[in-house]
Amino acid sequence: MTVTAVLLGATQVLVVVALAPLLVGVMRRVRARLEGRVGPSVWQPWRDTRKLFRKERIRPMHTSWVFTVAPAVILSTTVVVVAACPLIATQATLGPVGDLFVVVYLLLLGTVALALAGLDPGTAFGGMGASREMTIAALAEPAVLLAVFALSVPAKSSNLGTIVAATIAAPERAVSPASLLALVAFLIVTLAEAGRLPVDNPTTHLELTMIHEAMVLEYAGPDLALVELGAAMRLTVLLGLIASLFIPFGIATSVTGGALVLGFSAFLVKVIALGVGLAVFEVFTAKLRLFRVPELLSVAFILAFLAVVVSFFLS
Amino acid sequence: MSSALYQQLLDLAVGGVLASAMLVLWRRTLRAVVRVLAAQGVCVAAVAVLIGAYSDDVEVVVVAALILVVKGVVVPRVLRRAIAASGESREIQPLVNVAASLLTAAAITLVVYATTRDVVALAPSPTSQALPIGIAVVLIGFFVLTTRRKAVSQTVGFVLVDNGITLVALLATAGIPFVVELGASLDLLLAVVILQVLAARMQLKFGATDLDQLRELRD
Repeated sequence: MTVTAVLLGATQVLVVVALAPLLVGVMRRVRARLEGRVGPSVWQPWRDTRKLFRKERIRPMHTSWVFTVAPAVILSTTVVVVAACPLIATQATLGPVGDLFVVVYLLLLGTVALALAGLDPGTAFGGMGASREMTIAALAEPAVLLAVFALSVPAKSSNLGTIVAATIAAPERAVSPASLLALVAFLIVTLAEAGRLPVDNPTTHLELTMIHEAMVLEYAGPDLALVELGAAMRLTVLLGLIASLFIPFGIATSVTGGALVLGFSAFLVKVIALGVGLAVFEVFTAKLRLFRVPELLSVAFILAFLAVVVSFFLS
Repeated sequence: MSSALYQQLLDLAVGGVLASAMLVLWRRTLRAVVRVLAAQGVCVAAVAVLIGAYSDDVEVVVVAALILVVKGVVVPRVLRRAIAASGESREIQPLVNVAASLLTAAAITLVVYATTRDVVALAPSPTSQALPIGIAVVLIGFFVLTTRRKAVSQTVGFVLVDNGITLVALLATAGIPFVVELGASLDLLLAVVILQVLAARMQLKFGATDLDQLRELRD
């Protein structure tokens, strides 16, 4: 681990923390415009966060330390993931931490922490949301691991920086069948992990359908702000990972001023473009019935499986 | 065409055939299934075009055109008419549910790869390495035939089997003689038309094409 890697990681964390609420704001704005509404300003999520941080901390009665530490766990695991992923430059991987498997499990750690926090207050909605979240996470996990495996076979390494550098060195690999199948699988899993339509509706508070909102129902004030910031950062880093793994062009491969500025602007453009695409997709999609979600995730699993088959046996 | 580009494009087309076979298992509305089936026919035709272009064989390109017309256009159109005539737009309850049948298809693919390893090792080349996918598509077609209830879905399974056989023939022999493919395509077309007529008669007689209700003889 070198000083440059640490500095790059810190820069990425700052960029993602600043960008994440803005990305959520942009997505809400795009959705509102397409639905014929004016919609709130793109800065609204930042204003909400500021307002929540000024409020006093309130904890429900009879909650344990699990409820208290969960927001910190979510935020800190996401920060480590952001620091370890090559989002702006391929050098920004904290040595062995920048491994796809480590990143996947760090994200899962945050999910589990939030599910436990949903169970802790003992309310009906929290438990329901937690059980649904765990069902989805358990089904998304094999799909994402297989997709990761398919990507690491051609690069002969599961280190994110190595995979991205290998794709830049051989650009035709980005359109190989294995990579395309893994991309679709990754997109479906991202929808599930980030709690977007058609798996979970991020704007609903209807008790029958909510998943993420049900778990965070008991949070208020600064804790809620941390949880929401963590969720927004997870979405940003997942979209950033898709951008780096499947369309890595523009990312800085050397630590020079020009390359870093190019990498930074490429990251901004790609993530915002993906976010806008996701928002447009959400306007045209209805939420799936909860019992149909396993089917969607098994499709993701099968596509990831086919990606492994194709990358292993055909070449 | 360079051999690296040839291999890349061949992999893409063959991967498309396998992915569309899986999508047939996933989609529930019969119209969507027929659309996927048409896409699969186009992918098989693309494989034939690639093999013909790489080996400079005009006959294989003609075969590709035949495959495109029969499997990409005519058969889907006949099936669409059968769906419109039967008024059944969904496969409501397959014998094996969707998630389990997708996993079964994955298991089939793995078993096929494991068992055909020795065959592929006899003459490793881009075409023979893709051979197991053809066999997997045949077996997935059989799986659709055994687990779906509606007459149209069973016809879809039959067409899947035929697509798999065509793919195996193309990949194993590096192109089929035109006469053989002409015969096979006409056979397929005839079978699909007969199945459509049968399904229409069943619809007329029993009001449904659920084959499970046709187990017993009645006066």
